[in-house]
Amino acid sequence: MEIVLISLLNGLVYGMLLFMLASGLTLIFSMMGVLNFAHASIYMIGAYLAFTVSRFIGFFPALIIAPILCGLLGAGIEVWGLRRVHQNGHIAELLFTFGLVFIIQRGVQMTWGMLPMAYRVPQILDFPLFTLFGANFPAYRGFMLLISAGMLLGTWLLLKKTRVGLIIQAALTHPQMASSLGHNVPAVFTIVFAGGCLLAGLAGVIGGNYQTTEPGMADAMGPIVFVVVVFGGLGSLAGCFIASIIMGMVQTFAVVIDYSLIDLVKPLGISITADNLLTEILTVPVSRIGALLPFAMMILMLLFRPRGLLGTRDT
Amino acid sequence: MTGMIGKSWLWVAAVALAVLLPWCFYDFHTGRQSGFVLSMLGQMGMMIILALSYNMLLGQSGLFSLCHATFFGMGGYAMVHFLNAAGDGDLPVPMELMPLLAGLASLALAVVFGYMATKQRATAFAMITLGIGELMATAALMFHHFFGGEGGVSTNRTINNSLFGLTYGPSIQVYYLIVAWTFIAALAMFFLTKTPLGRMANATRDNFERAQFMGYDPRMVRFLQFALSGLFAGIGGGLYAVTYEIVTFDALAAPLSANALLMAYIGGTTVFGGPVLGAVLITLLQSGVSLMSNSWLVYVGVLFICMVIFAPSGIAGLILGHRPIVRAGKLGQLVVPYIRVLIPGLLLVLGFVGLVELTSFLTIGAAQGKTLKLNGNEIDVHATMPWLISAVALIGGGAWLWLEARYFRRVWDGLMADLKAADGKAVRVLA
Repeated sequence: MEIVLISLLNGLVYGMLLFMLASGLTLIFSMMGVLNFAHASIYMIGAYLAFTVSRFIGFFPALIIAPILCGLLGAGIEVWGLRRVHQNGHIAELLFTFGLVFIIQRGVQMTWGMLPMAYRVPQILDFPLFTLFGANFPAYRGFMLLISAGMLLGTWLLLKKTRVGLIIQAALTHPQMASSLGHNVPAVFTIVFAGGCLLAGLAGVIGGNYQTTEPGMADAMGPIVFVVVVFGGLGSLAGCFIASIIMGMVQTFAVVIDYSLIDLVKPLGISITADNLLTEILTVPVSRIGALLPFAMMILMLLFRPRGLLGTRDT
Repeated sequence: MTGMIGKSWLWVAAVALAVLLPWCFYDFHTGRQSGFVLSMLGQMGMMIILALSYNMLLGQSGLFSLCHATFFGMGGYAMVHFLNAAGDGDLPVPMELMPLLAGLASLALAVVFGYMATKQRATAFAMITLGIGELMATAALMFHHFFGGEGGVSTNRTINNSLFGLTYGPSIQVYYLIVAWTFIAALAMFFLTKTPLGRMANATRDNFERAQFMGYDPRMVRFLQFALSGLFAGIGGGLYAVTYEIVTFDALAAPLSANALLMAYIGGTTVFGGPVLGAVLITLLQSGVSLMSNSWLVYVGVLFICMVIFAPSGIAGLILGHRPIVRAGKLGQLVVPYIRVLIPGLLLVLGFVGLVELTSFLTIGAAQGKTLKLNGNEIDVHATMPWLISAVALIGGGAWLWLEARYFRRVWDGLMADLKAADGKAVRVLA
């Protein structure tokens, strides 16, 4: 029981972190039709910047400064890069962001080195928030939940309750019409792209010391975020939220489940003695194939429901 | 058709070059060809197959796949198991035909995954293939029976059942096996582009709806292209297994898929031979530059981004863009502009390389205890001077290049306008 509760909380924390990344990606995709491969790289930059800034002026200023820097970087990428390749079509845009992944990856390694950074949880948040059946729940995870919930609320309010949000929504679905009405649609694109990168940077700031800040973190996070976006349905924020939570739960619960496929039929009195590829698939415990589950789920989803959970159009 | 003859000369020249090149590096002391050159040329052969088969998707069908290494690696793993079975005497297939078996194993996998992935196209296709690639790479680390986990599976290629009585012990024999299969695969892929399937793949790439209206099923076309490209990638993977006698999860992980994309795109996806150029160039860079520098991936990445922005048709496209000018015999008029662009371009590249190397030696190099050396002189990466020189070269070269590029553009456009006026026909301008 305590394992279930603790995993539930951890899954929620991880899921919200995923959502922070995935929401920006979804917004950018539904608006510009560009799947930003470099999104997880921006997340990594956010973590590294936060590490550097927090060494000089502390964690809480870094919480503000690093995401803003990431947002500016995103704006630069959109204005000087994406806009130029836009005329060459969608594949060219995909390829462009794909190339960025390499450059950012190596750029980060060149600037900060190959080793993990000593980016730690700030001391003021480094205490157990409460104890659940003898297991501590760190305050920092509570703080992460708070930040991500605040960001969720903020984005929702911005999109639904403000004039800017209204224009963004309009440009999302009817770019030509919004443009004819006198709104600067390219500028809206830049804002959305920069906003998505800002969210990714924020996720990096709070995720960098939750996981480890090292050059491989973008590669570890990137594919999962894409899975979330596709699973939830391209272009749907609500679907993206549900998918993030599901993936967060799957990832954390898989670690603690020690059963395999064969355990399902064990009550029938079937047991396996042979040792080959098939029996290996049957007997491998879920905890070992946890990393594989999200991809398998995504492929299944695309097979049976290509538009994802709540997607409005076929991907 | 003069075009056909010109092309077949290219094929013959390429075969002759591939056969003769190892002998240019013959070492009389050891009585063998240089091992480094042989392994690099062999690697080139496999990469040519990989890049060409990738271009069946990206260039010919407009499909952006991110799991191409899956089929390369599958071919490799299958080959290892076939070789082991043949070594035990369970598989009476001559060595020369084994790569085809590996290709067929990949084809089977490509049929399964292709059925899933080709339901979609464009961005969604890219996402599904990303998922498939990650799925297979993770699975390769988890299942030990087939993939051998992190250690991979190894084999022995000297199984002595060759059609020609070869042992495949010396690497020159393996190299010629690679050459033979590279040309068989390349020829097969070339003729595929001439079949109705190849033509329809182009049609679905260029105008999806119209291809549908004509009564073809675009999904079927995508599926066939995907499956066949998996077959060829598998042949490449089979050769990989023969060469290295071990296949680890690197052979099907994401970096190799990315490499396939880089090679095909930098070489040029619009021309059949483009990926060959890309494969040769990237392999040279990989084996040459990676010996000298930690940061060769930065150079490849920047080169790639520059190609995406400035030359979407790749190196081959750039070369072919000169065809009308050569035909009109006006290539001489471009020599001076080229020299004027080349000088600031070189300066820009030098400045960029300088900055990248200085930065990388400041962090990665320092961690590895290495120092930056130029012509035997050690360079202090903490001094201001080298940084200043590199920065000035980068910025100055960039500004100068910008001016010269405008001049070049004027000359180029002028030439093109002349040509257009001269023969009144539409000339395909460099995109």
